[in-house]
Amino acid sequence: MPRSPSDRTILLDARAMSRALQRMAVEILELAHGTDDLVLVGIQRRGVELAERIAKLIEKDEGVPIPRGALDITLYRDDLETVGPKPVIGETRLPGDLAGKHAVIVDDVLYTGRTVRAALDELADFGRPKRISLCVLVDRGGRELPIQADIVGKSVKTGPGDRVDVLVEEIDGRDQVDLVRGEGG
Amino acid sequence: MTAGLGKDLTGLEHLSPDQIRLVLDTAEPFKEVSERPIKKVPALRGKTIVNLFFEASTRTRISFEFAEKRLSADTVNVAATGSSVSKGETLVDTAKNLEAMRIDMVVIRHPSSGAAEFLGKRIRSNVINAGDGKHEHPTQALLDLLTIRDKHGKIEGLNVCLVGDVLHSRVARSNIWGLIKLGAHVGVCGPHTLMPRGIEELGVTVFPRLEEAIEWADVLNVLRLQLERMEAGFIPSLREYYRVFGLTPERLDRAPRPITIMHPGPMNRGVEIDSRVADGPHSVILDQVTNGVAVRMAVLYLLAGGRPELADAAQRGGGPE
Repeated sequence: MPRSPSDRTILLDARAMSRALQRMAVEILELAHGTDDLVLVGIQRRGVELAERIAKLIEKDEGVPIPRGALDITLYRDDLETVGPKPVIGETRLPGDLAGKHAVIVDDVLYTGRTVRAALDELADFGRPKRISLCVLVDRGGRELPIQADIVGKSVKTGPGDRVDVLVEEIDGRDQVDLVRGEGG
Repeated sequence: MTAGLGKDLTGLEHLSPDQIRLVLDTAEPFKEVSERPIKKVPALRGKTIVNLFFEASTRTRISFEFAEKRLSADTVNVAATGSSVSKGETLVDTAKNLEAMRIDMVVIRHPSSGAAEFLGKRIRSNVINAGDGKHEHPTQALLDLLTIRDKHGKIEGLNVCLVGDVLHSRVARSNIWGLIKLGAHVGVCGPHTLMPRGIEELGVTVFPRLEEAIEWADVLNVLRLQLERMEAGFIPSLREYYRVFGLTPERLDRAPRPITIMHPGPMNRGVEIDSRVADGPHSVILDQVTNGVAVRMAVLYLLAGGRPELADAAQRGGGPE
């Protein structure tokens, strides 16, 4: 459904997004007390790109390789019958056993919390990390589960009719976060 | 709204190329699930699946059962012998009784052509054809297609030849439909007595001699020779069959390019295929078995989910972010 341009506001432009990611990288290092045992796990699709970005920023500062993985949570969703007749399941790959690691889940937007719930279940099937943290670029409120992010790039209040669009260079050709207000927003 | 797979999978004849590609693409991520330390995802948790086998099967039944269990479905195996089927209960009665116990899906193998479709029209549960008479064996053809795509990076434009008892083979029938729909050139090769009349009309090239098929093919899919065929007089003897249609390294050595070798199993080594070929560097026979689980997971997943009206509702909001 086409929307008029006035519905759309820019939450983060490319420079603001770059600063947010830089800050998130530093906060991850503080949270994990350095890079030992640190593993970044991006959630398909854009979380994977963001995790890659953050990992590279940490590697540049710390000079050590940061293991990272990708997680597709489609098969762990609690709503099989609503995934549609043509679901697209992305790649899941994790860098070895997670036992004893500090896994930081990276996603673009935190909303209901159901994706994170699924990601926690899925990670548990790959081993027993000593700790799991959550890092999101945008927290838009509206939680349906008792789940909170440890690290947030940008918080914004939104209604159920609104949409947050995260664009990343690797997939969308540019970095930007937009808030699209729906009816009553 | 583009269609998913629909309610049942009874054959490839009535699937569109897009539907076939949907299964193959969906199978890709399921390959990885079988490589995990815990080979299981909760996608079909709470679904009950009955494997209803009216014919002997080891590989297909086990493959389906692994696929179901790796998706966390609850499964029950019913074999024709030792059940009420052997007391004369009809197929529909058996299925309706199972359905009265609130099952969600039936995987059926049956000696009569059309049994799966017949059942699918009469029960609410999803029905998957695991082989019906001489009609179709769709999941076998889908795993063959996936294996060819893995090996060659494409299916379109390849020359794929089915060798052997094409007349009685549901594997051959499903493969022909699937390969043609995805743009492969299809050949068949085998004794005249085991070749269906008028098969050329499907757009298939008939090679009376194996040497000609080897000259032409990128892929040879060698069909199992049912030993009963000899008793019924279709071929003179197993030794004679091996001499004329057995796939040997000596024959393959004359091929202008390396040929991918497939077999749906179980193999009669030394009859339709020589051990040195079956275990040779171009054989993908065990890859077919591995892919079978992934393809069946994809089919189960697509049939169990995929209710377009709910998906539309989820798109409008209320689904996970």
